[in-house]
Amino acid sequence: MKSWMKSAAAGVMAAALLGCGHKEQAAPPASSGGAQAEIPGGNVILIGHVAPLSGSDAHLGKDNENGARLAADEINAAGGVRLGDKIYRVEILGEDDKADPREGTLAAQKLIDAGVVAVVGHLNSGSSIPASKIYSDAGVAQISPSTTAAKYTEQGFKTTFRVVANDNQQGAALASYAITGFKAKSVAIIDDRTAYGQGLADVIEHSLKDHGVSVVAREYTDNKTSDFNAILTKIRAREPDVIIFGGMDATAGPMAKQMRQLGIKAPLLAGDGSCSPEFVKLAGDGADVLTCSRAGEAVEKLPKGAQFMAKYKAKFGSEVQIYAPYSYDAVYVVVDAIHRAGSLDRTAVTNAVAATDYDGLTGHIGFDAKGDIKNGAISMYHVQDGQLTYLSTTR
Amino acid sequence: MGSLDTFLQQVFNGLVLGSLYALIALGYTMVYGIVNLINFAHGDVLMVGALTALSAIAAAQGFAPGIPGWGLMLIGMFAAVPVCVLLSLLIERVAYRPLRHAPRLAPLITAIGVSILLQTLAMSVWGRNPRTFPQLLPSEPIVLGPATATVTKLLVIVLSAVIMVALLILVQRTRLGRAMRATAENARVASLMGVNPNAVIAATFAIGAALAAVAGVMYAALYSVAHFYMGFIPGLKAFTAAVLGGIGNIPGAMIGGILLGLIEALGAGYIDQLSNGVFGSNYQDVFAFIVLCAVLILRPSGLLGERVADRA
Repeated sequence: MKSWMKSAAAGVMAAALLGCGHKEQAAPPASSGGAQAEIPGGNVILIGHVAPLSGSDAHLGKDNENGARLAADEINAAGGVRLGDKIYRVEILGEDDKADPREGTLAAQKLIDAGVVAVVGHLNSGSSIPASKIYSDAGVAQISPSTTAAKYTEQGFKTTFRVVANDNQQGAALASYAITGFKAKSVAIIDDRTAYGQGLADVIEHSLKDHGVSVVAREYTDNKTSDFNAILTKIRAREPDVIIFGGMDATAGPMAKQMRQLGIKAPLLAGDGSCSPEFVKLAGDGADVLTCSRAGEAVEKLPKGAQFMAKYKAKFGSEVQIYAPYSYDAVYVVVDAIHRAGSLDRTAVTNAVAATDYDGLTGHIGFDAKGDIKNGAISMYHVQDGQLTYLSTTR
Repeated sequence: MGSLDTFLQQVFNGLVLGSLYALIALGYTMVYGIVNLINFAHGDVLMVGALTALSAIAAAQGFAPGIPGWGLMLIGMFAAVPVCVLLSLLIERVAYRPLRHAPRLAPLITAIGVSILLQTLAMSVWGRNPRTFPQLLPSEPIVLGPATATVTKLLVIVLSAVIMVALLILVQRTRLGRAMRATAENARVASLMGVNPNAVIAATFAIGAALAAVAGVMYAALYSVAHFYMGFIPGLKAFTAAVLGGIGNIPGAMIGGILLGLIEALGAGYIDQLSNGVFGSNYQDVFAFIVLCAVLILRPSGLLGERVADRA
C-alpha cells in the first residue's frame, strides 16, 4: 500500500512540476484516483461488478467484490493490460443490487450505460437471471462467480457465463450425500422462496424422490423472516432423518440455532448460500449441525488457495466467505478474453470469453455451449468445533 | 412425538411471539387512545432500543469483561429504555404536538416520515448490515413437559406478563392512570379538572416507548440479530394486533397480540392439514391477515371494541 502511495505522490509531484502553467493537462484523470500512477494516461478498462452490498447478504456481496478488486489490483500492479501500443488500467465498477431482482436490472442498465466491457456478477440467482436479458440485449458478457440456479444459463443467451457449477449438479450432490452420507430414509425440506433457494430445493426433492427417500415435510419461509419455530416444530413432529434448506446463511444461521433450541437432533444439509463462516457466527452454538456444499473446488485444496486466502486477509482484514476466489478468477477470465480479442469491443470480448481456456486459481476454466463451466466441481463441507471444514469433492 | 405435544409446542411458540406483539401493540393502542394517532414510528423506536442495547452491551463487555449474561442483559435494557423514552418524547414534542389540532391525516403522514427518518439515522449510526446480538442467556433447550423452551423464551413470556399487569395497575389504580383515562375521554374537560394534558400525553408516549425498548431488546435476544429495518415487521404485526383487539383498548392490545402470535404459529403448523395440502407454510403471513380481515368485517371495532370507558 505504502509504496504505491509514494509512487503516486511522486507521479503527481512530477506532473505538477512538468506541467507548470498547464495544470488542466497535467492533472491525473478523476477516475484514476491517483492509485496506479505507474500506468500512464487515462486508459481504463471498466469491468462491472454487481452484488448486494446492503441487507442480509451484504457480507457475501462484499466478499465477491473484494475478490474482483484483488484481481484488478494485481493486474494493474503487474503493469495493466497492453493492447497494441496502449496500456490500460483495469477498474472495477461496483454496484449494489440489494439482492433484489428489480435493483439488479437497474444496476445492469447503469453499468452498460457507464461503458463496461464485461460484468462479473451478480451474486444471487434471483438478481442474475432477470439482468442476463439486459446484458444479452447490450451484448455485454456476464460472468457470475456465484449464480447457481440452473435457469440462468438455460435462457439461450450468448452472453451468459458462470465459473461455478449449477444447481442441477449441486442438488444431485446434496441428495446423494443425504442418501449415502446420512443414510436418510426421510427428509424435511425448507426453502426461502427465492429463485436460488426454491430452485435448489426442487432439484434435491426430485432427486431424493427418485431414490425412494420420502419427503415428510416441504416448508417455506422467506429471506426476511427471523422466526422459524412454527415450521421447525411441525418438522420435529414428523421426525425426519435430515433437514434440508435452500437459502442463504442469514436465514440458515438463526434457523440452526432455533433447531437446537427446540431440541431437534437431525442434521441440517444446505447449499452454497449457507456454506459460509458467517453461518457459523449467526448459528452460534447450533452451528455444528450443518453439512453444506459449494459449487466449486475447495479453496483450501487448491495449489494457490492458501496463498490467496493470506493475500485476501492481509488486504481486507477478513476471512474469505464463499466465492471471492471465483470473482477473482472471473476478472482474470475477462482480462484473458480481452487479450485474445485484442480489443475492447463488447462482441469480440464476449466471443473470446466463450472460447476461454484458462488455468485459474480455482482450476481450469472453460465454458460449454450454454455458458456453464466445463467439468464443474461440488465440494462438501461440515462444521466441526465451530469451523467450516472441508470433506470431499465430486465432479 | 405425539400430535398433542406438537400442538402444545406450537401454542408455546405462539405465546412467545404473541407476548412480544402484545408489548409492542400496547404502545400503539395507548397513544391512539389518548391522541387518536397511529404512531407508525413506534416499530422504529423498538429498533433503536435493540441497537442501543447492542452498543451498550458491546461497550460494557469491552470496559469490564466477565460480566455475566444476566448483567449484560440488564445493562442493555437500562440503556435502551431511557434512550427510547427520550427519543419518543422528542418525537412527540417536535413532530406530533404542533399537529395536535390539525386534520388527522397530517400527523399520520408525519408519523410515517418520522419512521423513515429513524431508519435512515439508524442506518448511518449502526451501519446497513445485520449485527449479531450476543447470546447472553443460556441457549440450552429446557424440556417443560410437552414443550421445549429456552431461558430467553421463558423470560419473554414472564417479563411481558409482569409488565402488562403493572401497566393495568398503573392505568386503573394510580393518579397518573386516572389522568390518562380522563384525558382519553375528553382532554378539554380533563384540563378543567386540573389535569395537564400535555404532561399526560408525554407520559403516555414515554410508557409506550419504554415497552417498545424492552420488546426490542427481547426480540433481538430471541433471534440473535439486530438491524436498522428490524422494527418494520414487528411494528406492522403489532399494529395488526392492536386493531384486532380494538385499537385504543389496553386489554384488547394484550389479547390481540397473544391471539395473533397463536394464529401465526398454529396457522404455519396446521394450515396444510386444514386445507388438505392446498396451502402450505408459505401462506403463514397471509393467514394472519385473513383473520384480521374477518375480524374487521364482522366486528369493525375489534374484538374488545374501540371505545370503552376505561380506554387509555
